Amino acid sequence: MYRIIQSVLVALLLLAAVPTGLRAEDGLRDLVNALGEAKLSEVDEHIAALAKTGDPKVVPVLEALGEGNLYARKADGQVFLTKESGSNLTLTDPVSGESAGEAPKASLSKVKVNNSVRRAVRTALGSLTLLSPDRNARLKAVQSVLQSPNADALGAIENALAAEKDGEVRAMLEQARATTLIISDRPTEEKKEAVRLLKENGGREALSILSSALGSADETLKPDIEAALASIEQTQALWAAGQNVWYGLSLGSVLLLAAIGLAITFGVMGIINMAHGEMVMLGAYTTFLVQEVLRTSFPALFDWSLAIALPLAFIVTGTVGLAMERGVIRFLYGRPLETLLATWGISLILQQSVRSIFGPTNREVGNPSWMSGAFELGGLTITWNRLWIIVFALAVFAGLLFLLKKTPMGLQMRAVTQNRRMASSMGIRTPWVDALTFALGSGIAGMAGVALSQIDNVSPNLGQGYIIDSFMVVVFGGVGNLWGTLVGAFSLGILNKFLEPYAGAVLGKILVLVLIILFIQKRPRGLFALKGRAVEA
Amino acid sequence: MITSFLVKSLDRTIVIAVAVLLALAALVPALNLLTAPDHPLHVPTYLVSLFGKYLTYALLALALDLVWGFCGILSLGHAAFFALGGYAIGMYLMRQIGARGSYGNPLLPDFMVFLNWKELPWFWYGFDMFWFAALMVVVVPGLLAFVFGWFAFRSRVNGVYLSIITQAMTYALLLAFFRNDMGFGGNNGLTDFKDILGFNIQADGTRAALFAASALALAASLVITSGIVRSKFGKVLVALRDAESRTRFLGYRVEHMKLFAFTVSAMMAGIAGALYVPQVGIINPGEFEPGNSIEVVIWTAVGGRGTLIGPIIGAILVNGGKSIFTAAFPEFWLFALGGLFVLVTLFLPKGVVGTARHYLAKRRAFRASARKENENGKEASLPAAESLAAE
Repeated sequence: MYRIIQSVLVALLLLAAVPTGLRAEDGLRDLVNALGEAKLSEVDEHIAALAKTGDPKVVPVLEALGEGNLYARKADGQVFLTKESGSNLTLTDPVSGESAGEAPKASLSKVKVNNSVRRAVRTALGSLTLLSPDRNARLKAVQSVLQSPNADALGAIENALAAEKDGEVRAMLEQARATTLIISDRPTEEKKEAVRLLKENGGREALSILSSALGSADETLKPDIEAALASIEQTQALWAAGQNVWYGLSLGSVLLLAAIGLAITFGVMGIINMAHGEMVMLGAYTTFLVQEVLRTSFPALFDWSLAIALPLAFIVTGTVGLAMERGVIRFLYGRPLETLLATWGISLILQQSVRSIFGPTNREVGNPSWMSGAFELGGLTITWNRLWIIVFALAVFAGLLFLLKKTPMGLQMRAVTQNRRMASSMGIRTPWVDALTFALGSGIAGMAGVALSQIDNVSPNLGQGYIIDSFMVVVFGGVGNLWGTLVGAFSLGILNKFLEPYAGAVLGKILVLVLIILFIQKRPRGLFALKGRAVEA
Repeated sequence: MITSFLVKSLDRTIVIAVAVLLALAALVPALNLLTAPDHPLHVPTYLVSLFGKYLTYALLALALDLVWGFCGILSLGHAAFFALGGYAIGMYLMRQIGARGSYGNPLLPDFMVFLNWKELPWFWYGFDMFWFAALMVVVVPGLLAFVFGWFAFRSRVNGVYLSIITQAMTYALLLAFFRNDMGFGGNNGLTDFKDILGFNIQADGTRAALFAASALALAASLVITSGIVRSKFGKVLVALRDAESRTRFLGYRVEHMKLFAFTVSAMMAGIAGALYVPQVGIINPGEFEPGNSIEVVIWTAVGGRGTLIGPIIGAILVNGGKSIFTAAFPEFWLFALGGLFVLVTLFLPKGVVGTARHYLAKRRAFRASARKENENGKEASLPAAESLAAE
């Protein structure tokens, strides 16, 4: 009982204390000493009282308390900061900061701490370090205040706000002030202002603060909070939709990369290349090999590994494609179903070769530094590797379009696919064009593999995951039309990501497959169908 | 009338094949059950199950041949119908476990107890009765094929497009059956079967009976398929395989005929799956893998598409090879399989049976012309030996 009265008295004393010199120092000493006598359950209040002083001298006291280095002298109840030295403790006066000699452990009793005390210490320290001269320390302190707002810290925040010059810290302090104001006992008008501020800043934290404040708010404030909540939720939903579009674009770019080579071999040449996925896989393994070599021999070049791997992958898979076309596929022109079976066989052989050479487990392919990490754009989180893959996919698309439309080689390719015999009589070496076209499609698949190695597991089964999706993209977009592939890839990607939150990843994918199957019923030749004679060719 | 129709449609090869199958159905179980284990003619039980499995694969290949060989529809989703039939019988077998599961729940299969489900989902009702499950074995794949085919053939999706969407179909089913909340055991599928029709599923007698059932089912399907392809209807099927537009212009409802063939074929695949599952003791979503469906195509291609006994021989050859290969050199099986795909499409487009028949026909024609030459003493040109229409 005595202690309670004493602590209340001390608290009153402190509240009444005029912040000038000696009296404040005495008050602080009393407050600190009160810690020594307090029960565990009361320590929290004392900490709050200490924090309220806003005195920088409190910081070391609280730190010592949190670490269990605060001891009270049994003789007179004086509390000291201590440091172990042998069996004795070195004492430091908490207020003056001067040394107070050594004392044996037995003459002192430790100020007890438990987790709840430690939490209180952390909160209190948070509001105290708001005044620290170090900008980063202040920033950290504001963040900790924002994470666990405490009405008692309001005074400290306002003091800090008055002194703060740095723009970023100020903005955060404003928010922290609004956050704590709502749960404090300030007048409603100020609270309304605070709610408005929170609403403007938005974000998930504001949402949780407001919704927890809603329960205890009085009647006049409730409509304001509710309106603010609704508005924040709306913005959040918009950002979430934006994020979904971004994910969809990202998935679409992956699909585009995987399908674009197929758009050449299947779309332009009409060859069902079931080994297309394996070309992607070979590209990814090329990247792995390049990185292995760089890692052991030229570590400085690691950031260039992808730039080195790209042409190599193109050459490797292009060569494999050339060999496939010359060795097998050219005997099967005009028999699409047989081509399908033969290329499936080739895909099995390629998979098993890679499995025999590199083992069945995933191989690690690293991200160069410019592809790792993420940045924030408004409410969106954008990872660099996804961004680069979108850029890369579009670049490959543009390059291919240019090749097909503006170069002599592209002209010959289109001539051969449109009318083989006529092209042949014009002097175009059609078998050669066939082989090059197939090699080109395969080489592009290999380049896609370089990009996909950055976001997917590099294993012998890498390609299988893409083959059905790629065919879906090409069939959906319309065979023989690169633009169809582009639109098909991005619309399937976005559709997939928008279905995911409602249906789950797997069910979303199933739904997309079913939708495509139904879509093909309606437009058997895809979104951008070829018209005229080419259709029945 | 139907019997006379079926009997009329049999030719010598089919009669021989059916006779062999019937003999196997009687002989193999007898050798397994009636001879002592150390008898030289004894057939061990594992072999009975293994050959039983091959027979169900052969039935699946025959089903595919009906649509691919005679109708030109390359379905890359036939393993899906096979798996659906398997799941139907698997559900019956799960319900037969009753309270003997690890959780001892008399009504719910173990995986449902594990998922903390309280009652049986509606689609599991009725599967405690064999007749119902047996009905579902043909109804579910048949219905799926009917609906799928109705949409696909009506809008004239054909050729490779059809192949790709059938592959998408089996892929979608694969993903769906992997989900735990589908109620089909998710990843693990259905297994730990105990009884079938009251007999212990592990017992030698049951295994032998399942083998005999597989052989009989294959023989019956062979007779039915031969009836279909040899009828007038079958002739039109072949016509639409070779020239779809022309057949349509002649006034045939091409899409209806394709739909019929596709549905019948899916039902046969379902029966094959239903016979397969009790013999291997497990059904899981892996059966829906698109790769499996493509493997079925290679069995048919190796044996000879467009012939009826070809797919049966192909399925047994390839799977026998697979059993031997995977035991001896597991690393090389995929090389062998992949090589088989390439070599068969390049050098044996008609398959083993088709090629053999082609040479026989050529020789016969050559002899006939030689004889004619002798008789007439005149020069006779070699008759063209193009004789690979339907058998």
